[in-house]
Amino acid sequence: MPLPTRHVIGLMVDNLRKRKSVFPIPRRKAVRWAKALDIPEGGETVLYTGHMYQLLPYMMAAVRRMGGMEDSFLGRFVGMGRFFNRMINVSSFISIPRRADVKRCRQLLRNIAGLLQQADVEFGYLYKAELYSGALAYDVGADDVFHAHARRVYDMLKDHGVRTLITVDPHTTNMMRSVYPTVIDGYDLEVKSYLEVLAASDIRPQHRVDQSITVHDSCVYARYEGVIDEPRELLRRAGYEIREPKNNRELTHCCGGPVESLFPKVAHEVGLKRTKQLEQAKGAGVAAMCPICMATLEMASDNGLQIDDISSYLVRAYGGGAQQPAVDESTDDERSEP
Amino acid sequence: MAKVNPSFLEKVTTSDEFNATACMNCGVCSAVCPLEIELLPRKLFRYALLGLEDRVMENTPTIYQCLLCKMCEASCTADVHIADNVRFLRAYISKEVFKL
Repeated sequence: MPLPTRHVIGLMVDNLRKRKSVFPIPRRKAVRWAKALDIPEGGETVLYTGHMYQLLPYMMAAVRRMGGMEDSFLGRFVGMGRFFNRMINVSSFISIPRRADVKRCRQLLRNIAGLLQQADVEFGYLYKAELYSGALAYDVGADDVFHAHARRVYDMLKDHGVRTLITVDPHTTNMMRSVYPTVIDGYDLEVKSYLEVLAASDIRPQHRVDQSITVHDSCVYARYEGVIDEPRELLRRAGYEIREPKNNRELTHCCGGPVESLFPKVAHEVGLKRTKQLEQAKGAGVAAMCPICMATLEMASDNGLQIDDISSYLVRAYGGGAQQPAVDESTDDERSEP
Repeated sequence: MAKVNPSFLEKVTTSDEFNATACMNCGVCSAVCPLEIELLPRKLFRYALLGLEDRVMENTPTIYQCLLCKMCEASCTADVHIADNVRFLRAYISKEVFKL
């Protein structure tokens, strides 16, 4: 029996309306990844995370919890959970992340920032002022709440004097580049994916990596935003031999991630199909360009398929992947599962 | 028996967003859909274009199962904006049924 769509969506939309994020997390946790990277605060050009990598461990935890509820009597209590969530943040109890997932996602953001620094790209970061883009609310059609949130995000960016966004994931890129202009009159921000910025830069590898790699294109990058050649250019420059899976580039096969929250079983089936295609390409590893793709494919694989974010593969060649400070190990993640 | 809801039909046919009138029912979209659900998307759009709100609503879970991956749209021979059309139906459900 599937989870009640109305209440699962309702819970996320209530969170966005009330707490400015579909999965609210403390702001200090959302910015922790940038510790000791010396990224200036603010500026005309900022790295805009849209909180996707930061939210991923919490979303994965929620999906694991909700997957267990999908065919059980507990699914009937989702509505009650939504009721109480209006008063206290219930999602903070059902989505306690694994410490390893939190650490990994922070490292991926450090990779991305480090790559841009290696390419001598000047950028700032808004730290605690940054807000979630609202992507999930847009996808489920919660337009009233999404429009209000988009306005809030845009005003925040303008108040900070931002003119250009460098985005780190396909959903945020799509939101800020293609969706926001349709709902905000006079929208005037320039938006580039960090992959586009790097491919256009003079960044050169410090080491060549002689390894084959299978590329999994994100649907949103490939079919919504046309970001297809840039990741390949960066991988080739680094020495990787690219192996294309059966469905590639504009015809890439979805990972299943967009429905992970509502229909975990459906997401798993779609993801499993895709992992079989990726296995058949026989690369030494799989490069995903989206945190949701990465997580969904990992969870779906029944064969231990090696999947990692493309930034991990790029830092091996280009450098820039500063490790997290040792002090990060056990401070604010006491409630995280091991 | 299917009943036409005139106000639903009006919303669908006068919308700038919903453009499924161009659909020729060729079935390429359904053939390439990773979900392999018969309803998605052309049958669903046919219900909407006929104003059969009940038939659309009874398939609410399927409407939210759509991945919005645009595999269908990349293959569509009639340039139907399939993902936008699905989002339109979701927005209708969110507002009129879920009251979000």
